[in-house]
Amino acid sequence: MAENDQTPTGSEAARPAPAAAPPPKAAGAAKAEKAPPAPPGPPDPPPPPDLPVPAFIQELQSALPGGVAQLSHWVGDWTVIAAPGRLREVAAHLRDTEGARFDYCSDATAVDWLGRPGPRFDLVYSLYSTALRHRVRLKARVGDGEASASLAPLWPAANWLEREIFDMFGVRFEGHPDLRRILMPDEWQGHPQRKDYPLEGPGELILESPQDWLRLRQAASESETE
Amino acid sequence: MERDPARPMFDTNELVINMGPQHPATHGVLRVVLKLDGEKVVDADVVIGYLHRGVEKLTENRDWTQIVLLTDRLDYVASAAANLAYVETVEKLMSIEVPRRARYVRTILAELQRLASHLVWLGSHAMDIGAITVFLYCLRERELILDLFEEFCGARLTYNSMRIGGLPQDVPSGWLPKVLRFCDVQAEKIEEYETLLTQNRIWLQRTRGIGVISGEAAAAVGLCGPSLRGSGVGRDVRKDEPYAAYAEIPFDVPVGTGGDTYDRYLVRLEEMRQSMRILRQAVEGLPEGPVMAKVPRLIKPPAGETYHANESPKGEIGFFIASDGKSTSPYRLRVRPPSFCNLQALPQLVRGHLVADVIAIIGTIDIVLGEVDR
Repeated sequence: MAENDQTPTGSEAARPAPAAAPPPKAAGAAKAEKAPPAPPGPPDPPPPPDLPVPAFIQELQSALPGGVAQLSHWVGDWTVIAAPGRLREVAAHLRDTEGARFDYCSDATAVDWLGRPGPRFDLVYSLYSTALRHRVRLKARVGDGEASASLAPLWPAANWLEREIFDMFGVRFEGHPDLRRILMPDEWQGHPQRKDYPLEGPGELILESPQDWLRLRQAASESETE
Repeated sequence: MERDPARPMFDTNELVINMGPQHPATHGVLRVVLKLDGEKVVDADVVIGYLHRGVEKLTENRDWTQIVLLTDRLDYVASAAANLAYVETVEKLMSIEVPRRARYVRTILAELQRLASHLVWLGSHAMDIGAITVFLYCLRERELILDLFEEFCGARLTYNSMRIGGLPQDVPSGWLPKVLRFCDVQAEKIEEYETLLTQNRIWLQRTRGIGVISGEAAAAVGLCGPSLRGSGVGRDVRKDEPYAAYAEIPFDVPVGTGGDTYDRYLVRLEEMRQSMRILRQAVEGLPEGPVMAKVPRLIKPPAGETYHANESPKGEIGFFIASDGKSTSPYRLRVRPPSFCNLQALPQLVRGHLVADVIAIIGTIDIVLGEVDR
């Protein structure tokens, strides 16, 4: 347990130092080796061949060729997985097209699939249309340290939801109007919902030595000024 | 010093003041940083997180059945609504067919909970504005609902009243007539609140034209539940994506026209009447049968993800759950908290109003900080 507490805090302390680039990943890799098999990621089962694809998804696929990387259907939910870098385009199309009209972004969240091959995070937007009363889930995959296009300019509702994703997972959003932490304190180190973040928190570092805590704060303010 | 004629004689800098986190009218630990020009609010910044307990992280280390307890502690004046949304999401993930009787009893519990939550809302909202009598009246009737819950599941606040696949037990004997009797009492009492407020001149002045938002803007900013319906958008998860027994029970969805605080008040009052209508029909049409489906003792949903929404008293409460199919706890569980999404609209609603109206607007969007911060 003690070892478990130590690893992430150590990496957090080292992160702002200029030369030591890989520590957060190293912590993740160590955890992934210990844990038996890494989760393969969500299955995202393809829709059964006899199930008709909703018209708005067909339209999306024909209007933006290559914009949809994958299509999935599971327990009645349709999921559209956007191709890398094309999330904003796909979302804008879903909002503005006559047959889709997703004017309500009911939820946005992320899932940390630590250790799966490919990008680490899944961003999941649940969209709803108050006019046509249908729902779709929009997904995008983002790697660790990469930024995703913010959907807050399209749906103001995504503003706080994306702030929470940033706070909890450390995924950055390009074009977000106000990307700050929302639930955790501003000077917090690390992102609690990541799978390599211990459930007990960052350990006893803060309590044991105020010096460590001061060093962390200083490092954070230095990295901000950079 | 020479006076600049373009500037007024007195200093008119904008004043930044903190409202909260320890403020009685913020319904918990909410901090609003207000930027004031005299008495007028120029801008507001909402600071939350004081009650953050990491519920979503905790669920990744709990059994599927234990999580029902955690959902109690989200919106603690409407625990049953969160219980219902969670167990239904897991049932959807596992494709469990819930017995019809259980769905009806769940509907009864959810509607009782809606009444209880709306009573707390009405009481505290009115008290914030200055009508203390209404608060006492509302809590008096809420007691009756808490008694009903106590008889059903033994608890008065955190009910843990649902199980994955059904209910912990059937309703006690003699409970259903009590629900009907409560409906009769409550129907009279709502008239009583109305005589105190609906035509009251002070109430009208404090709520009419305050916190106005158009239907389009409300949907875009993610308002949900009665706060959205007050702006004329007829979105109700019970009607649009029916769950429990709502598909079989006729009821109306009241919508407002003006999108102001007064309209949201009228919408919620009418919702309480509709809730009693649903309650009466559900009690009278309650089918016989078991209240628990056949569910494996160890709950282990197959790998997959789903999102399922319910209409809680505050609005759309949704659960997004990802299961990896191997472990006995969710890989990721996300709560879509209606209070959080409603609170996001606060800066937009208070801009241009007076400081005293901020209190009315915080009251009208009906937030519970336990759910905002999770």
